[in-house]
Amino acid sequence: MRFLPTGEQSEFARTLRSLLGAAQVPATVRAWAAGDHGPGLALWSRLAGTGLCALAAPEAYEGLGPLPVELALGFVELGRAGVAGPAVETAAAVVLLRELAGHGEEAPAKRFLPGLLTGDTLATLTLPGGSPYALDADAAGYCFRVAGAAPASASESAELWLAPGWEERLGSLDPARGLGVPAAGGELLAAGPAVSAAADTAARWARLLTAAQCLGLGEALLARTVEYVKQRTQFGAPIGSFQAVKHRLADTLLDLEFARPLLWAAALSLSDGDVAAAKLTAGEAAYAAACTALQLHGAVGYTEELDLSLWLRKARPLRDAWGGPSQCRADVIRSLPQTTATRRVTT
Amino acid sequence: MDLDHSPGVAAFRAEARAWLHEHVPDVPLPSLETQEGFAAHREWEAQLHAARWSAVSWPEEYGGRGADIERWLVFEEEYWAAGAPGRVSQNGISLLAPTLFDHATPGQRARVLPSMASGEVIWAQAWSEPESGSDLASLRSRAERTEGGWLLSGQKTWSSRAAFADRAFGIFRSDPGAAKPHQGLTYLMFDLRAPGVTVRPIGRLDGKPAFAELFLDRVFVPDEDVIGEPGQGWRIAMSATGNERGLTLRSPGRFLAAAGRLAALWREQGDPADTALRDRVADAVVGARAYELFTWAGATRFAAGGEIGAESSLNKVFWSQYDIALHETALDLLGPDAELAQGPWAEPWVFSLAGPIYAGTNEIQRDIIAERLLGLPKGRR
Ligand SMILES: Cc1cc2nc3c(=O)[nH]c(=O)nc-3n(C[C@H](O)[C@H](O)[C@H](O)COP(=O)(O)OP(=O)(O)OC[C@H]3O[C@@H](n4cnc5c(N)ncnc54)[C@H](O)[C@@H]3O)c2cc1C
Repeated sequence: MRFLPTGEQSEFARTLRSLLGAAQVPATVRAWAAGDHGPGLALWSRLAGTGLCALAAPEAYEGLGPLPVELALGFVELGRAGVAGPAVETAAAVVLLRELAGHGEEAPAKRFLPGLLTGDTLATLTLPGGSPYALDADAAGYCFRVAGAAPASASESAELWLAPGWEERLGSLDPARGLGVPAAGGELLAAGPAVSAAADTAARWARLLTAAQCLGLGEALLARTVEYVKQRTQFGAPIGSFQAVKHRLADTLLDLEFARPLLWAAALSLSDGDVAAAKLTAGEAAYAAACTALQLHGAVGYTEELDLSLWLRKARPLRDAWGGPSQCRADVIRSLPQTTATRRVTT
Repeated sequence: MDLDHSPGVAAFRAEARAWLHEHVPDVPLPSLETQEGFAAHREWEAQLHAARWSAVSWPEEYGGRGADIERWLVFEEEYWAAGAPGRVSQNGISLLAPTLFDHATPGQRARVLPSMASGEVIWAQAWSEPESGSDLASLRSRAERTEGGWLLSGQKTWSSRAAFADRAFGIFRSDPGAAKPHQGLTYLMFDLRAPGVTVRPIGRLDGKPAFAELFLDRVFVPDEDVIGEPGQGWRIAMSATGNERGLTLRSPGRFLAAAGRLAALWREQGDPADTALRDRVADAVVGARAYELFTWAGATRFAAGGEIGAESSLNKVFWSQYDIALHETALDLLGPDAELAQGPWAEPWVFSLAGPIYAGTNEIQRDIIAERLLGLPKGRR
C-alpha cells in the first residue's frame, strides 16, 4: 500500500504546472471568452505535447495509457491554472472512442483519435443523463452526441452522432464557457449497446476529471486568497491576522485536503461510488473556496478586472458539470453494498 | 500509487477478524462511564491483552505485536467493524504510551507499559485546570522539590475516566520564577489513590461520571515518576498532542463502521422520498471514506519517515465535526425513538458533542492550521 503519488506522477504534474505557470493563462482565458480561441488552442496543443490526451488512450491507438491517476493529477493542474476550453470533454471523447473500439467498433477510434491525441483538435460531447449543452462546440473540431436512454447502461442501445454543429451559442455564468445544444442529425457513427457502455464509461471519466479540475481550482483560489490577506491591512493589521479570516481559510484548506485523497482513490478504482464521492467533495470544496475568496477579497474581488474573477466564475459551473452534488449523493447511496444493520453501536 | 495490501497484511487482517469474531461479546458491555461498565471493560482489555491485541503497534516485549502503521489501521478497521467495545485504556495507550516511547527511561517503560496493556492500570490525563483550558500553559498546579521526589498541589479538572481510573499523568509548575508560562513545567505520573488526592467525579451532559476533578494536596511523587527532564514538561507534553488529535484517538475504522451502520439504518428506516436525509447519509458515507483515505495518505508519508505535524489539526477538526453530523443524522432517522436514553445511538451522540471541545478546541486547531499550514500571521490570542 502506497497511497501517495509516485515520484514520476508528481513530476508529470510539476511539468504541467510550470508549463502553465509560464503560459499567461489569464490572457488566453480572456481571449477565449471574447471568442478568440487562437491562444487557447495554441496552449492546448502544447499541453497535448506533454502527452496529456494520450494518457486517456491505450497504446494500440498511440496512447500512453489509460493512466487515470496521471490524467487526474494533470487535470488538477488545468484547474489550478484556470485553463478554458473543453478539456474534460476532449478526454471523455477519447475514452468514448477507445471504449467503443474495445467493443469492436473500431472505425470511429481510427478516424478521430489521432487528431485528438496530438492536440490538433479538441472535441466536445453530450451524453445521456448529462447536460443537454455541449461545451465550446465552436472551438472544438468535433461535436459528438450520444442519443439514448439515461442513465446509459450496457443492456440499452444508443447512437453516437457526429453533430453538424450546434444550434446557437448560449452564454454560461462563466464567460469562458460557451454552451450550445448540438444540432440534430449529422453523421451516425455507431449504434447499439456498445455505444451505451462506452458512454457510461466516458461519463465516469468526465466526472472524475471535472473533480480534478475542481480541486485545482479550489487550491488556486485558496492560494491567491492567502496571499491577499497577508498584504491587505485594515485597522492597522493584515486582515490575515484576524481570527474570523483565518478560520474561514482553515476550513477551506480542510475541505480541499479531504477531497484530494478521494480524487486519488476514484482515479484508482474508477468505481461509481468513488467517482461520485470525489466529484461531490471536490465540487463543494471548490465552490466554498470561491465564496470564501470572494468574501475575503472584499469589493475588489467582486470586479471582473481582477484575474481572480476567472477562477471565481468557474467554480459554480464546474461544481455542477457532469453530475452536481445531489446527483453524486444519489450515486453514492446507490453504490453502497447491501449489508444489514446490526444492533451494536460502539463509540 | 495503489491501495493494495500485501499478503502479509491480508493475513494479519484475517487473523484479527477471526479472533474478534470469536471473542467480541454478543451483548454490548454496559457504558464504560459507569462503575460496572468500567469493570467489564477492564476485563475486556485483559482478554485483548492475553491474545496480544490490546496494543498491536507496541514492541513485543511490552505485549504488542510490533505492527506497523498499516497493520494498526487494518486492526482498527476490523475492531470497530466487529462491534467491539470502546477502549477504556485509550488515554494510556494513545496519549501516555507514545510519550513514554519518546521520552521515558527503559526502566519506566518496563514498569508502566505492561500493566497499561493489560488494563490492570488505567490511566487518566491530568492536564486541564479550571482556569487553564485552551490556554493550558497558564496552569498553576505546582510540583515542589522534596527529598527523593516532588510534592504536587493544586487542582486539575475534566480528567476523562479519572472517576474510576488508577493513575494519572500531567504537567505541573516546578519553577514559578520561569520567564515564560510554558517554561519551568514538569511532566509527572502519579497515583490517583495516593494520600493527598481527592477525586470528585463530574457528571457530563447525560449525567454519567465520564470525567472528574482532582484536588491535590502535597501528593508525593518519587523521582522515578518524572517523565523526561524536570522543567521540560511543555515540550514533552506537546510531542504527544499530535497523537491525541490525530490518528490514535479516532481511527478511520470507527467512522467506517459507524457510517456502515448509519447506511443500514437508512435502508431499514429511511423514507426514500426524504432526499434531504438521504443526502446526509451520503455525506456520512463519503466523509468516512475521505477520512480513511486521508489517513492512508498520512500513513504512507509517516511510513516513509515523515512526521505527523500540524496536519493532525486538520484531522481533529474533520473528525469532530464529522462525528456530530453522523450522529445527528442517525437521530433524525430514528424519529421519536431518538429521544430514548437507552437507544443505541444515544450515548455515542452525547459523546460526539464534546469532540470540538476536547483534544484542543476546534477554534485553537483552526488557528494552528491557519498559522502553521497556511502561513498566516499570528494575531492576538
Ligand atoms: C469530554 C471531555 C473530556 C475531556 N478530557 C480531558 C482529559 O482527559 N484531560 C484533560 O486534561 N482535559 C480534558 N478535557 C478538557 C479539555 O481539554 C478542555 O475543555 C479544552 O482544552 C478547552 O478548555 P476549556 O474547556 O477551558 O475552554 P476555554 O478555553 O475556556 O474555551 C471556551 C471557548 O472559548 C474558545 N476560545 C478560547 N480561547 C480562544 C482563542 N484564543 N481563540 C478563539 N476561541 C477561543 C474555545 O475554543 C471555546 O470554544 C476534556 C473535556 C471534555 C469536554
